[in-house]
Amino acid sequence: MSSKDRILGRIRRALRDDAPAAPIPRDYLPVHGARTPAERVDLLAAHLAEYRAVVHRTDEEALPALLTRLLAERGARSVLVPPGLPAHWLPAQGPARVPDRAEDTPYRLDRVDSVVSGCALAVAETGTIVLDGGPDQGRRRITLIPDHHICVVRVPGQVVDSVPQALPLLDPARPLTWISGPSATSDIELDRVEGVHGPRTLEVVLVGPQ
Amino acid sequence: MTGTYLGMPAFPEAAREAVRDEVLRANLRHATHTIRDKRARAVAELADWDRLRAAGKAVKDHTLRHLDRYLLQLEAAVTAAGGTVHWAADADEANRIVTELVLATGEREVVKVKSMATQEIGLNEALEAAGIAAYETDLAELIVQLGHDRPSHILVPAIHRNRAEIRDIFRAEMGSWGRPAPEPLGDDPRELAEAARLHLREKFLRAKVAVSGANFMVAETGTMVVLESEGNGRMCLTLPETLISVVGIEKTVPTFRDLEIFLQTLPRSSTAERMNPYTTMWTGTTAGDGPAAFHLVLLDNGRSDTLADETGRQALRCIRCSACLNVCPVYERAGGHAYGSVYPGPIGAVLSPQLRGTGSAIDASLPYASTLCGACYEVCPVAIDIPEVLVHLRERVVQGGPVTRDGVRVTLRPADGHTAERAAMRAARLLLDHPGALRAGERLLARARRLAPRRLPGAGRAWTDSRELPTVPAESFRDWWARERSTPR
Repeated sequence: MSSKDRILGRIRRALRDDAPAAPIPRDYLPVHGARTPAERVDLLAAHLAEYRAVVHRTDEEALPALLTRLLAERGARSVLVPPGLPAHWLPAQGPARVPDRAEDTPYRLDRVDSVVSGCALAVAETGTIVLDGGPDQGRRRITLIPDHHICVVRVPGQVVDSVPQALPLLDPARPLTWISGPSATSDIELDRVEGVHGPRTLEVVLVGPQ
Repeated sequence: MTGTYLGMPAFPEAAREAVRDEVLRANLRHATHTIRDKRARAVAELADWDRLRAAGKAVKDHTLRHLDRYLLQLEAAVTAAGGTVHWAADADEANRIVTELVLATGEREVVKVKSMATQEIGLNEALEAAGIAAYETDLAELIVQLGHDRPSHILVPAIHRNRAEIRDIFRAEMGSWGRPAPEPLGDDPRELAEAARLHLREKFLRAKVAVSGANFMVAETGTMVVLESEGNGRMCLTLPETLISVVGIEKTVPTFRDLEIFLQTLPRSSTAERMNPYTTMWTGTTAGDGPAAFHLVLLDNGRSDTLADETGRQALRCIRCSACLNVCPVYERAGGHAYGSVYPGPIGAVLSPQLRGTGSAIDASLPYASTLCGACYEVCPVAIDIPEVLVHLRERVVQGGPVTRDGVRVTLRPADGHTAERAAMRAARLLLDHPGALRAGERLLARARRLAPRRLPGAGRAWTDSRELPTVPAESFRDWWARERSTPR
């Protein structure tokens, strides 16, 4: 008998005399509180900042200048660029652009200073941005290896209130990365330290009508 | 401290040793109280916490009730998405599957993201025996591994170590595993985390094979979910070419939507955050992004036996948040090692004796590693009634009875060492069944009260080592009642 049959057989014998399970109560809240779109964006910004992400707000027109400034402040000489990142976000002059290519080794990506990406959506109540590998986000590893990640969120359009609102908008067939603040550990005497293995600095740029 | 749980002394002995360790107690007290207070604040933010808790419990119960169906659905979905599913009835089989998968890649080292299931089956030791080095990448797990130590907490496995101890471990051991610790190395957590980053990065960048666990598996879509903070999870789950996940069969949830419950309750219950820094979800393989090969090893190893016990099976609802450890007065003083299992604390006291059976002294002692105060049940985000299961398991240890081992119903004999308890209970039953004898006994005891010892002899001595026997009153309650109430005042 295969192990699969053995395990399934044990499970079925264990459950033989059981009554059907009770229905699942889903009377929990789909969202915690009522917010206007502007309040939702404010809450996202507050919660991101609380977990030590650096939050910036700008409009579409001023975005390229802001990104140029943020990269310059970090002294970035190279920046990873997902294939579908809007071309006008980064000006021609500035750090060298490194395209997201399948053949690049992790070692090569480790030499890149920064990465700029978009996102699939953001969750205000938890201060989370979600990446789904879309064209403006690229492969999972490009937002992981460089030490500096700038993520652009279109507001209010890409912001939802809560986790229950976020899941139906996401496709589980795509690789999903939920990011809430930069990499952190509390393993040493529960002192929180940012930046263990993921990017040490997460900057979130909220782009929308000001 | 050795790295094995074999031959662990039973809980009372191990705990007695641990509570004398003042550094350990101070480290534990600081840690558990800090997380406990933060958690209460994070939970209080959600007005519907009780409803989320009830829903989480119901989803897990429903999944367990139909576990065969959901595992088959999960297998089909993972396979359709490009993954390969393996079934492992026990630890040996799981270790053999993983070892063969690693050997087939031609690699001799793997990076690991913290997984309790692989600790439970002793995977690192099995890999080592096959000539494969397994590197733990969670900072706390790295501290434990470099220190030739065992984890003592579900969420912060090195909670028993303070910064000075960690600095010493890094300086002494990092060099023999890879990149040595930078010199000089202070004991500031920031500096220590940086040393770990440098040490592990060379492993992440060259790793071709990774081994992980998972927090959840979605039957409907085949999606695997890992919650973490440091990014070592993302590194292991996305950089290597081959990913092998070893996951207990009870980690299944039916639908993608069900994650809306646990993504709210797990982070708040465990790290007291609204959301942990990183959550990775993947479904099979994705062309050009992440591992080209994905293997899922579904682990039974005592779980289907646990399922056969209607009271005990609720322990399978556990989502490994560790909230029960942080509120437990026994854990706070004894620490995680005393439990002799990868699952310490209250949940370990109910889970380990069910997964492993109560045959060993340590497993037979675990149901007693509790004051039954109920704090663990109060904080549990899936409402596991741990005290209820503890009492149920105590009954099994003392009386024996039917249990399922390796899928077979057997009748357990009463455990050794409980003869005195059983004799006392039998004597009590006899007396309570014969009121005349009880009355005579009470009178005799009252008259001989000056002769009553302060400490019990023989089997009862252990009990009075830390307690005083109550003094015997001058007359029994029944005599007092007869005297006070039967005559008119």
